[in-house]
Amino acid sequence: MRRFSWFNATSLTLGFAFLYVPMIILVVYSFNESRLVTVWAGFSTRWYGELLRDQAFLDAAWVTVRVAFVSSTIATVLGTMAAYVLVRGGKFMGRTLFSGMIYAPLVMPEVITGLSLLLLFISIGLDRGIFTIILAHTTFSMCYVSVVVSSRLVSFDRSVEEAALDLGCTPFDAFRSVTLPLIAPAVIAGWLLAFTLSLDDLVIASFTAGPSATTLPIKIFSSVRMGVSPEINALSTILIGIVTVGVVTASLVSKRRIVQRERDEKMAGQTA
Amino acid sequence: MNIGRHTLIGVPYLWLLLLFLVPFGIIFKISLSDIALAIPPYTPSLDLSEGWPGVRDFLRQLDFENYVFLTEDALYWKAYLSSLKIATISTFLALCVGYPIAYAMARAASEWRPTLMMLVILPFWTSFLIRVYAWIGILSTEGYLNQLLLWLGIITDPLQIMNTPTAVYIGIVYTYLPFMILPIYATLERMDDSLLEAAEDLGCSRLSAFWIITFPLSRSGIIAGCFLVFIPAIGEFVIPSLLGGSGTLMIGKVLWEEFFSNRDWPVASAVAIVLLLILVIPIILFQKNQEKTQEADA
Amino acid sequence: MTSAAVAGPAEFAPWKDPAQTPLIRFEGVTKRFGDFTAIDNVDLTIYRKEFFALLGPSGCGKTTLMRMLAGFETASEGRITIGGQDMNGIPPNRREVNMMFQSYALFPHLSVWDNIAFGLKRSAMPKDQIPDRVHEMLRLTRLEQFARRKPHQISGGQRQRVALARALAKAPKLLLLDEPLGALDAKLRQQTQFELMDIQEKTETTFVIVTHDQEEAMTVASRVAVMNDGKVIQVDTPARIYETPNSVYVADFIGDVNLIEGNVALKPDGLASLAWAEGAPEIIATAGEGLKDGARAGFVIRPEKVAISAERPEDRNNVVRGRILDIAYLGNISTYHVELPGGQVIKAQTVNNRRLSRRGFTWQDEVWLSWTDTAGLVLAG
Repeated sequence: MRRFSWFNATSLTLGFAFLYVPMIILVVYSFNESRLVTVWAGFSTRWYGELLRDQAFLDAAWVTVRVAFVSSTIATVLGTMAAYVLVRGGKFMGRTLFSGMIYAPLVMPEVITGLSLLLLFISIGLDRGIFTIILAHTTFSMCYVSVVVSSRLVSFDRSVEEAALDLGCTPFDAFRSVTLPLIAPAVIAGWLLAFTLSLDDLVIASFTAGPSATTLPIKIFSSVRMGVSPEINALSTILIGIVTVGVVTASLVSKRRIVQRERDEKMAGQTA
Repeated sequence: MNIGRHTLIGVPYLWLLLLFLVPFGIIFKISLSDIALAIPPYTPSLDLSEGWPGVRDFLRQLDFENYVFLTEDALYWKAYLSSLKIATISTFLALCVGYPIAYAMARAASEWRPTLMMLVILPFWTSFLIRVYAWIGILSTEGYLNQLLLWLGIITDPLQIMNTPTAVYIGIVYTYLPFMILPIYATLERMDDSLLEAAEDLGCSRLSAFWIITFPLSRSGIIAGCFLVFIPAIGEFVIPSLLGGSGTLMIGKVLWEEFFSNRDWPVASAVAIVLLLILVIPIILFQKNQEKTQEADA
Repeated sequence: MTSAAVAGPAEFAPWKDPAQTPLIRFEGVTKRFGDFTAIDNVDLTIYRKEFFALLGPSGCGKTTLMRMLAGFETASEGRITIGGQDMNGIPPNRREVNMMFQSYALFPHLSVWDNIAFGLKRSAMPKDQIPDRVHEMLRLTRLEQFARRKPHQISGGQRQRVALARALAKAPKLLLLDEPLGALDAKLRQQTQFELMDIQEKTETTFVIVTHDQEEAMTVASRVAVMNDGKVIQVDTPARIYETPNSVYVADFIGDVNLIEGNVALKPDGLASLAWAEGAPEIIATAGEGLKDGARAGFVIRPEKVAISAERPEDRNNVVRGRILDIAYLGNISTYHVELPGGQVIKAQTVNNRRLSRRGFTWQDEVWLSWTDTAGLVLAG
């Protein structure tokens, strides 16, 4: 048992206060009656109503969700393929370049990624819009998916796949019936990560969107530049709420699975 | 089977080549071109219909003029230096804030640790833009922080924090803190408690045991965390433009403005290329550190 | 080969019968990984229904040899045939060879039943016969009541049996076992060794087992191949590997052995004498293969073949005197470490068929060690 210390308790309290107080303030003031966001004038859900009637916001949200859904789905397929190639692919021509291209976008400043893609789209004469945002988001989020999936692939015993081949599977059949079910949690996590990254992205979308498509972050950014607005507070609260529910549920589910597994293993030991 | 293997490698490979590597070639090319009042707004453009002389002509018109321009105009190198300074200071601050949190998490009772982890990761899933936005309300002149301090009587006049580098430091530390905490926590959590007991048994005080044992052993986590904050901080755009105002100069913002406001694509491209060159060194160092950690684990 | 036992009618020894064709043939097989030679020009034959052990320290190439049989590695040079068919280029899923993995490699997302049925579903077996076959396998490995469990819900010993049942379900020509008992504790391992032999006999499958545990190889195998540095050093029955090792390496690797080095002189009747220390009488022992007159050689003798006595025995050629340095009491046997005047330590083992209180020798006693001419071997290098 580790010793309790006041120093540790204090760092945790202050640290989490620093992380959470700003978000809590946002949530609290989203229910403020007044348009002056820094002055409390009583409880109201008025700004949620205004937000839901604001067609420009709704349109932007719809564009964002469509972009995020399509790009994260393609990115998950491509990223899983890339991870499999990196971890299990053995040697092939240009492997170093390939792994470089997987890791580079993770550390690339968004302004550069955005600029480079925009210049590409212009030089090949592609009209900018939802399609170009999807291409851009797919490219950088597939790298994140690939990192998540390959860490899972590395962690499980290769001989499970060999056993499938040994028992008569073709390589594709082995992937479908053994590898895929085993990496499924990572593939799902990768999809969620790609989806979130796409929902969240301002810089790359600003470069690649063009005038015809506006995503939610672009919309938020342009209205936030004018200062704090109660509608944005309401929108933030909704987004924070969705993420909180998602993350808490996911961690509860995974905790329950761990507990269940430990119980199973204990019972298995007893029947031996 | 061979066709399958080729598809498996080829599809993601081709995708990245076309949408990651080729765009860099284009950036590089445009950075060597000149600005023009045309669409696209730079010259020369490559016309392959003229055949080989066209290519030669095209190559002859490329030059390093834009790079020379970057060194001549103080705005640019000041922006690079200021980005480096802001990134360095914020990384250091993030380390000072993050280390005690990571340390306390690693020392917490084991049944609490998954929950603490979740609390660190949750902000990471929350919109970046919104987390930066949250600080506008706190830091502005009539914001919550000033209201609180005035109410407590600590200050008599509101502090000017918004639109200063301080606001940018706070913003970077706040948004990238999970990246600092997680790698440090990972190394501390793996550390064997009996090492500290052995150190105390051999006569160390608890504080000196920390400096002699714990801190050096968490070095790889510290390095990883610092890079994970430093690298994105250098090219940061959203934080300086929302919190830093016109008072703070950062290269990400300069590039954005060069592109969208001045529409000077060649200079924007040159700015991007130089930024990349600056980033190459920390990225290689980071890669080395990761490899070393992996070797040590194996 | 002087001491080759005469094959009785019931004895299983196809390798002695020139009319038998081997099931597996390695011909000049070499495997390189980059600069590293894992398998170095190996020739080996394995017969139908054999329980064949590949024995050696880790990194000796035994696992690579097995993985070549399974089809996970291809030979850099040479030829491997199974049942007369050249296996080069045949992928693992098209070989009538199944493998039991060291880690068991059970599919964690499938139940015990589905794990065993996995291979059958991908074979030509009609769908309606699969349940019967799975059930037969469950019965064979005594796993009937665990059919619906997932791998993490059963114990280590049960997982080991699932892996065996899964590999046997397709009734392969050849079953490969990679350190099959490595993850089990000592007691369970012994019991499982006999189960394995029993199942091998019942199913009449050819088994090839890879192990670093010499006791395990000696217990289960009909023949053992001792490997080192990618080479096969000796292939023989466990008894002959133990009694007549062909090299100092094999003698040292299998069981406990005393080694004395010296210069050899060949003598008639298959004997050799070894001059090992100035002033000491030469050792007389059976000469091993390939011994050259006057060369350096090693005399090896098992501790249980060294007799220990207070009086000098008169009827033996090999007698040395020494002082007891240490006594290891192991219950059923005791090992005496006896130091000779030259500083050499020889181990002698006695069976404790009397009570400890009546043991004759104690520390620092001067004793005589002796052995017969045929008790030990003089081996080259």
